[in-house]
Amino acid sequence: MATAPLALDVRDLHKRFGSHEVLKGVGLAAARGDVISLIGSSGSGKSTLLRCINLLEQPHAGRIALAGEELRLVADRDGSLKAADAGQLQRFRARLAMVFQHFNLWAHLTAIQNVMEAPVHVLGQPKAEAREKALAMLARVGVAHRRDHFPAHLSGGEQQRVAIARALAMEPEVMLFDEPTSALDPELVGEVLKVMRDLAAEGRTMVVVTHEMAFAREVSSQLVFLHDGRIEEQGDPRGVLANPSSERLRQFLAGSLK
Amino acid sequence: MNLEAIGESLPSFVEGLQVTAILLAAALVLGLAAALPLAFARTSTRAWLSKPVWLFTYVIRGTPMLVQLFLLYYGLAQFEAVRESVAWPWLSSAWFCAIAAFAINTCAYTTEILAGALEATPAGEIEAARALGMGRATVMRRILLPSALRRAIPAYSNEAIMMLQGTSLASIVTLLDLTGAAREMNSRTYLPFEAFLTAAAFYLALTFALVSLFHLAERRWLAHLAPRR
Amino acid sequence: MLHGYAASLLEGTGLTLAVAAASLAIACVLGLATAAARLSGSRLARALGAAYTTVVRGVPDLVLMLLVFYGGQMAVNALAAQLGYEGFLDIDPFVAGIATIGFIFGAYLAETFRGAILAIPAGQREAGLAFGMGRLQVLLRITLPQMVRLALPGFTNNWLVLVKSTALVSIIGLNDMMQRAGQAAGATREPFTFYLAAAAIYLAITTVSLLALRALEKRYSLGVRLAR
Repeated sequence: MATAPLALDVRDLHKRFGSHEVLKGVGLAAARGDVISLIGSSGSGKSTLLRCINLLEQPHAGRIALAGEELRLVADRDGSLKAADAGQLQRFRARLAMVFQHFNLWAHLTAIQNVMEAPVHVLGQPKAEAREKALAMLARVGVAHRRDHFPAHLSGGEQQRVAIARALAMEPEVMLFDEPTSALDPELVGEVLKVMRDLAAEGRTMVVVTHEMAFAREVSSQLVFLHDGRIEEQGDPRGVLANPSSERLRQFLAGSLK
Repeated sequence: MNLEAIGESLPSFVEGLQVTAILLAAALVLGLAAALPLAFARTSTRAWLSKPVWLFTYVIRGTPMLVQLFLLYYGLAQFEAVRESVAWPWLSSAWFCAIAAFAINTCAYTTEILAGALEATPAGEIEAARALGMGRATVMRRILLPSALRRAIPAYSNEAIMMLQGTSLASIVTLLDLTGAAREMNSRTYLPFEAFLTAAAFYLALTFALVSLFHLAERRWLAHLAPRR
Repeated sequence: MLHGYAASLLEGTGLTLAVAAASLAIACVLGLATAAARLSGSRLARALGAAYTTVVRGVPDLVLMLLVFYGGQMAVNALAAQLGYEGFLDIDPFVAGIATIGFIFGAYLAETFRGAILAIPAGQREAGLAFGMGRLQVLLRITLPQMVRLALPGFTNNWLVLVKSTALVSIIGLNDMMQRAGQAAGATREPFTFYLAAAAIYLAITTVSLLALRALEKRYSLGVRLAR
């Protein structure tokens, strides 16, 4: 019986900064509809792992495949791996949408322009169609009424929701979230988490680096705990969080009182 | 490159160097001295003090220094009253006109720089001084001015360098500064590259010296704002 | 008041503005190229860019202009003689003027552009790449629009200084506003009057420029909360 290829298949990633090895052979496997939460203390490599998936960081070794298609890599001048074919990388990135910790909305564009930008200029959608879609996405995340505002005039929570709409507009196969609520004031975290829960409920494939343990426990289908560049423990969230088998995870959880 | 010709003209370049240095020093000293009170006036809340100073800096910074120089050197001769006055020997001399024009020009820019530095004084420092019972004059002397002068060093160093290049205008009113020496050599030997490249080399050396001086000043007087070592 | 020389002065003003505009065009091209060089990965490019800026900052405009004018004249005629040309070729002071001023302000604009590009938060570019934009797309749709906004204050300053430096082209014989003021002054024995008129015209040009560029700054800053 043929099984569907994994939505995202990452194997044996190694990454070092200078002489400091940050990822020591890490892998990730996400089937369609999986929500994977990556947790760990700062310095554990979780953000680096996420950023290697869309090659914002260049790993030194490893393989990345999206729905069965492998990203072809060659050695770069400094020893890390870069994309062999820039076109393939661009197409990969268009299928993987990213939501950043600091939102990274384009400052010179309004909310709706931000959401329309990539569909028009990367996917080649006609403007009218992109605009309609953008309005729908903004409504979905609850910020349609702010569509003509510039990012600087939006609250942190609104900006992050626009960023999520921007990612959704690309109709991505896998969504990558890099600590999406870490830069938000506590009162604004809830509204963003709600949007993410809804996305998970509708079956989106998501990889989320997060400190929000409640989200990790209740929404994700897989929990991955990273420590010092390696996967210490992974599995079903409720099980792992209730009964961690790794000592380090126990310590980590004791430190974060959620 | 005719090095022999350069060698022969070297003495006149060295003299030109002295002229340039004197012009620069005189302009900067006079300009800075005048700019100190003007900067305080510029930041004053009293319109009758700040508006005229603003007008002065606006007009000077909005017109070329060449025009300002010509107004003094050629322009003053238009008025009989000036020509017949006691001061005429001064007012008609190229040295006086050049230094006056340069000093007025740098004064305007320096006033703006210092005014900006004064306004950027953290309000808390002034409040603390007042709370400790310092009178206005003391606050100005011990807190505002030292703090502003230091903050102004980077911007002022730029102004000083621009003024160094600006002194070359003195050659247009017959003074034999570095540029004047080069023009003289060119008209005598018909070797423009040798003449002007030599002048350029001298100016570059002077600029480098000025930049180094200001680096030292910054290290010493801006140490309190430097990143922690 | 101006003894009928008003028309002549205005003609000269037109030429002055033409010199300024042409120099600005050259300077923008040089400035963008140099900013790119100084931000590039190539050490040679960065060094050349830095050398260019250093020379321009360290040598007076007048010296460079005289070098280009007299030196250029000599070089052109030497070349012509080698190619067999018998007469004397004149270098147009307009060309020498805009070449020099363009060269000088290319360096200053490079600094302005470079500073503006460096001030763009890295995340802006990253987001562009992460959504599948190519490097050229990121440059045109993300970097340049934001650079323009950040560069406007510096650009305004550069333009104002450039306009004033055009006065020097009169020294190499261009019949611009300064030259004509001098001619009128000589004919009427009223140098103060005419140099004052020249000053007023320059002030008008700088004032109009300042107002226009400030208005542009306001429009471009719509999306930004400026720290006051």
